[in-house]
Amino acid sequence: MAHVASTQAQVRQQHYSVPQPMPWPIMGSTSLFLMALGAAFVFNDMRAGWVSIAAGFVLLLYMMVRWFGEVIRESEGGRYGRWEDVSFRWGMSFFIFSEVMFFGAFFGALFWARVYSVPDLATLESQALLWSGFSAHWPSAGPGFAEQFSPMSAWGIPALNTLLLLSSGVTVTFAHWNLIANQRGKLLLWLAATVALGVTFICFQAYEYIHAYHELNLKLSTGVYGSTFFMLTGFHGFHVTLGAIMLTVIWFRCLKGHFKPDHHFAFEGVAWYWHFVDVVWLGLFIFVYWL
Amino acid sequence: MKVVAALAGLGGLALSGTAHAIAWNFQTPASRLAAEIDDLHQLVMWLIIVIFAGVFGAMFYSVYAHRKSKGHRAEQFHENTAVEIIWTVIPAIILVAIAVPVTKVVISQKDTSGADITVKVTGYQWKWGYDYLKGEGEGISFLSTLATPRAQIEGTAPKGENYLLEVDNELVVPVGKKIRILTTAADVIHSWFLPAFGVKQDAIPGFLRDTWFRADRTGTFRGQCAELCGKEHGFMPTVVRVVSAEDYTKWVAEFKQKSAKAAEDDTKTFTLQDLMQRGEKVYAANCVACHQANGRGTPPAFPPLAGSKTATGPKEGHIDTVLNGRPNTAMQPFKQLSNAELAAVITYERNSWGNKAGEVQPAEVKARRK
Amino acid sequence: MSAVADTHGHAHDAHGHHGGYSGIMRWITTTNHKDIGTMYLWFSFVMFSIGGLMAVMIRMELFSPGLQFFNPEFFNQLTTMHGLIMVFGAIMPVFVGFANWLIPMQIGAPDMAFARLNNWSFWLLPFAASLLVLSFFMPGGAPGVGWTMYAPLTAQMGMGMDFTIFAIHILGMSSILGSINIITTILNMRAPGMTLMKMPLFCWTWLITAYLLVAVMPVLAGAVTMTLTDRHFGTTFFNAAGGGDPVLYQHIFWFFGHPEVYIIALPGFGVISQVIPAFSRKPLFGYASMVYATSAIAILSFIVWAHHMYTVGMPVTGQLFFMYATTLIAVPTGVKVFNWVTTMWKGSLTFETPMLFACGFLFMFTLGGFTGLVLALVPVDIQLQDTYYVVAHFHYVMVAGALFAAFAGIYFWLPKWTGKMYNETLGKIHFWLTMIFFNMIFFVQHFLGLAGMPRRIPDYNLMFETWNKISSLGAFGMGLAQLLFLYIVVSCIRNGKPAAQLPWEGADSLEWTHLPTPAPYHSFETPPVVK
Ligand code: HEA
Ligand code: HEA
Ligand code: HEC
Ligand code: CUA
Ligand SMILES: [Cu+2]
Repeated sequence: MAHVASTQAQVRQQHYSVPQPMPWPIMGSTSLFLMALGAAFVFNDMRAGWVSIAAGFVLLLYMMVRWFGEVIRESEGGRYGRWEDVSFRWGMSFFIFSEVMFFGAFFGALFWARVYSVPDLATLESQALLWSGFSAHWPSAGPGFAEQFSPMSAWGIPALNTLLLLSSGVTVTFAHWNLIANQRGKLLLWLAATVALGVTFICFQAYEYIHAYHELNLKLSTGVYGSTFFMLTGFHGFHVTLGAIMLTVIWFRCLKGHFKPDHHFAFEGVAWYWHFVDVVWLGLFIFVYWL
Repeated sequence: MKVVAALAGLGGLALSGTAHAIAWNFQTPASRLAAEIDDLHQLVMWLIIVIFAGVFGAMFYSVYAHRKSKGHRAEQFHENTAVEIIWTVIPAIILVAIAVPVTKVVISQKDTSGADITVKVTGYQWKWGYDYLKGEGEGISFLSTLATPRAQIEGTAPKGENYLLEVDNELVVPVGKKIRILTTAADVIHSWFLPAFGVKQDAIPGFLRDTWFRADRTGTFRGQCAELCGKEHGFMPTVVRVVSAEDYTKWVAEFKQKSAKAAEDDTKTFTLQDLMQRGEKVYAANCVACHQANGRGTPPAFPPLAGSKTATGPKEGHIDTVLNGRPNTAMQPFKQLSNAELAAVITYERNSWGNKAGEVQPAEVKARRK
Repeated sequence: MSAVADTHGHAHDAHGHHGGYSGIMRWITTTNHKDIGTMYLWFSFVMFSIGGLMAVMIRMELFSPGLQFFNPEFFNQLTTMHGLIMVFGAIMPVFVGFANWLIPMQIGAPDMAFARLNNWSFWLLPFAASLLVLSFFMPGGAPGVGWTMYAPLTAQMGMGMDFTIFAIHILGMSSILGSINIITTILNMRAPGMTLMKMPLFCWTWLITAYLLVAVMPVLAGAVTMTLTDRHFGTTFFNAAGGGDPVLYQHIFWFFGHPEVYIIALPGFGVISQVIPAFSRKPLFGYASMVYATSAIAILSFIVWAHHMYTVGMPVTGQLFFMYATTLIAVPTGVKVFNWVTTMWKGSLTFETPMLFACGFLFMFTLGGFTGLVLALVPVDIQLQDTYYVVAHFHYVMVAGALFAAFAGIYFWLPKWTGKMYNETLGKIHFWLTMIFFNMIFFVQHFLGLAGMPRRIPDYNLMFETWNKISSLGAFGMGLAQLLFLYIVVSCIRNGKPAAQLPWEGADSLEWTHLPTPAPYHSFETPPVVK
């Protein structure tokens, strides 16, 4: 505790940088509003909604470029010291925690279907009165699902993908060590390797989806198995994509000479995020594909 | 002072508006379970009143005695571990003490074994379907729909005593027998609620759940659907008539007779006029809630039948739609209606609101039943 | 509580008053925690008025049996939107408003940790609220599914349902970002010497609330996302035909929903823990046990959710587990109640408006807590679930609990915020009117529930008429009383008398002792040192 107290005192030596007002947050809200509005229209078969979605998306990109641009400029301009750095760390940790809980909801749905609802639909009484001939097994698309489908096997591409993501966790750590050691060349190399592994993962995943739709007849609408499979892996894939984009941005920042061995939270934050998608994947591999 | 007077005035106004008996506590129990629930409720109420009086006795004493205007000077104590432990432990003990009797009731409430009669209760938007599965009366099956006339709801006729708590066909059961209720639903979640028996069980589409009761006296007992199930949620009462064992046997026999008669109808051929007349009644009881009396529905949720492709197209499509419903929509199967009733309502739909698509006979409906 | 040695809290303005923007743009772009707090408070009042208007419409329809004003579909939409708007639009934002105003001042910080993110957290709200309200104007209207949005009824709704789902996504984002900000501020921005156990209790309750929010808002987002894909993309999470389960929705929803009710209640507990000691002129009794009790409530809140689902047909072991866990919450909540009462004991009490509301809170929140305990008992709940007894229970804890706490806090800090004093007499009248009419609305609803009147119905049997009439009359009165509140606040801001530096004798946290009244635009630019 004494140690913590003394670092705290050190940290407080400076002024906390309270940032200037900026119009980007409300632009972000506007863009989300437009996208939500557009999506609601599109989902209800009103094609005009696409215009709103597109407008919102463009606005969102613009907002991010400007907002993050400003923060990067401030950071490189030395506005953020140790104190702010600690704030960023807390903030990012809790953001990741909230993401974990989001995935938790979908894992919960998966467990519920496997442990409760599917067996419950196949009790003797249920078979006699509601769903004759339904037997409980996993994977299941439910008693009302008439078509044939094959489940996704764990030991092809998914196993390979596990390997890819796990190694990318290692490469990003190498990159981090090199950043600390101020080995910029190696840093760029390892970071590029991480991005490449991530992109390969996404490509494999896309291939696997095509395979599922065309050869396995496994679709989003394939009962609760299809629902949980695609929603879990889909949201995960989306997060990997975001992570890969963030890593790419970081790579360009490294190229431009940003970050110092002792001051590079943006890098670390993205690395944490990357590890988080990694861990989620492990859960997916075990509970969605394997068991 | 003025406020109090105004309040008294308002209260008087409110009370004067009603001649009806005022309900303010649980209905008189008609089963042992309901009586046990009543007892538990009283037990906790007394407990709560005592604790409440203790805590707020202290607060009001201090409000009275420790006010600055009386010159009371604040003491500065702010901790007392002993006291704090006491008021953590005592409530915990009280809770354990309540848990014991409650647990007993929970366990007996969940014990649905050894039933004399099993009835499957299906929730539909917005009526109940009853199927007697086991025990005396096995095979009986009917729908139970709100019987209160529209005019009373809209205020053009005076409201009766059982306003919104009356149905065309009550669930009939013998007194003193253990009745197991198996709930399920066809569309959304409903909840089968009978206060006098201490029974409330959600009816979940696609799943079976069960509960039970044993009525300890005869009479008619009334409740309402207790899970929001769409627009007519307030208009689907649950009514049970408990009768003596002999009356029950009589009722079963009569019911069987009636269905035998209905089976005879299957082979008859009716005139268009007969079908239309009967169809209008069936429509009013089963279909108006969604498709409306004028056949226009309330799009987009409920489609119009006036000019609908199904109601003016081939008979088979129309019969199938009504008989089997449309999966995953509010349009539910109406298999429980007799062939003659179905023929009547289908004919009615095909020849009202400008539709002109010919009549349907019971035999044709029968032929399409699976 | 905490003695403070060093006092250079008085802020000087280094960067110009409002950082370059003026007029409406000042409010849109602001990064100042006080500006943002003010916007949260006004936003919350607007939503409270809209939600209250809907409540009055509900009570109008229920004034007498028979359908009077609205068709049943619209009635359901009113109920749904009343619940959603009050919970997400009125009560949650009002306490975030308090958090913004007070946390930096109470811990001796210059501002919130992420000032721009703070701006965004607020500016997400009006957009989400617009989506909610817009849903009324879509074909099919707003969803009529209840604020709990149970599947599969949601599958039958029109486009308004999608608007509501997206609104909830955005509201959730706002809450998560806001909470991350609050947690970081409290953990990282405290002045030297301001240890966690020296913080005012309000900061503690918010720290714990923010944890709850970060943990459960994403779960709600997951639930409504599944609803969305079930509606439009053929997934079958909540459809038995595909192996899913409508009850699964309820589990996910209540995993969010129960912690949510403490999210609503805990910041109110914090406010009350500041107000009661101030007007008792006595330190809060059992500070440490208050902190532990609040944490215990938060932890327990994660394992009690299925007490909303006793009637879905759980196995008996499930029912018993959730019943025991639920009743346990009475223990830490009891500790809090006893501590508050003991704080008043042998104090030197005065009863200005904040204290009146705090006493009203104490009395009626406890009543609501007790009815919660009645509902926690499985067999009794089976009689009462989805009846007006539940409606009475939760209005006691949310209106007489959270809303009264908010009123207490507003009157308490209004002088600090505006530098002016409200009219004490009118404040007291506001309290008594609210107190009387509140009980008139909701006390009688216990009787309705016991007698078996289901909730969410537009029409009822004649035996329920008397209580419904009284309840409706109360609702009209309660609405008028809130107009008086608006008048009090506006006239305080416009032409209140200047407030004293320390208007309340017993108040002792940093915002009172170390900052002038009204509080300067920037809080502690140089941290005070707390010993
Ligand atoms: C601020 C919000 C809030 C709070 C604080 C609470 C607090 C509690 N609630 Fe409530 N509740 C809601 C908001 C809240 N609730 C809402 C919104 C709903 C309905 C949702 C919907 O369906 O729409 C609901 C519904 C609800 C139900 C489901 C009812 C049903 O639908 O069938 C239950 C059942 O267990 C319950 C229980 C409790 C309990 C045990 C507490 C406890 O925390 C209370 C603890 C407090 C005390 C007990 C009093 C003080 C204690 C003492 C003085 C100590 C001594 C006491 C004893 C030893 C007894 N609540
Ligand atoms: C904290 C949240 C909160 C608050 C404050 C309230 C406040 C009120 N609530 Fe509500 N209520 C809920 C949360 C809340 N409620 C929830 C969650 C539900 C469940 C919904 C569901 O079933 O899904 C519910 C349900 C509910 C029902 C049951 C409906 C049904 O089952 O069909 C009823 C019925 O009486 C009701 C009544 C009221 C009343 C009369 C008030 C009054 O206290 C309101 C008083 C306030 C006003 C009247 C506004 C006054 C302000 C002005 C008039 C100012 C106007 C100024 C300008 C326009 C400038 N509420
Ligand atoms: C709970 C509401 C509800 C009730 C009650 C109801 N219906 Fe329907 N009905 C619907 C819905 C919803 C549809 C649209 C189904 C779809 O989307 O395919 C529908 C469709 C139909 C159609 C097909 C219309 C078309 O153009 O395709 C017919 C015919 C019909 N119903 C007849 C009846 C009859 C006869 C009854 C009563 C015996 C009845 N309905 C009761 C909700 C209801
Ligand atoms: Cu059926 Cu409510
Ligand atoms: Cu709860």
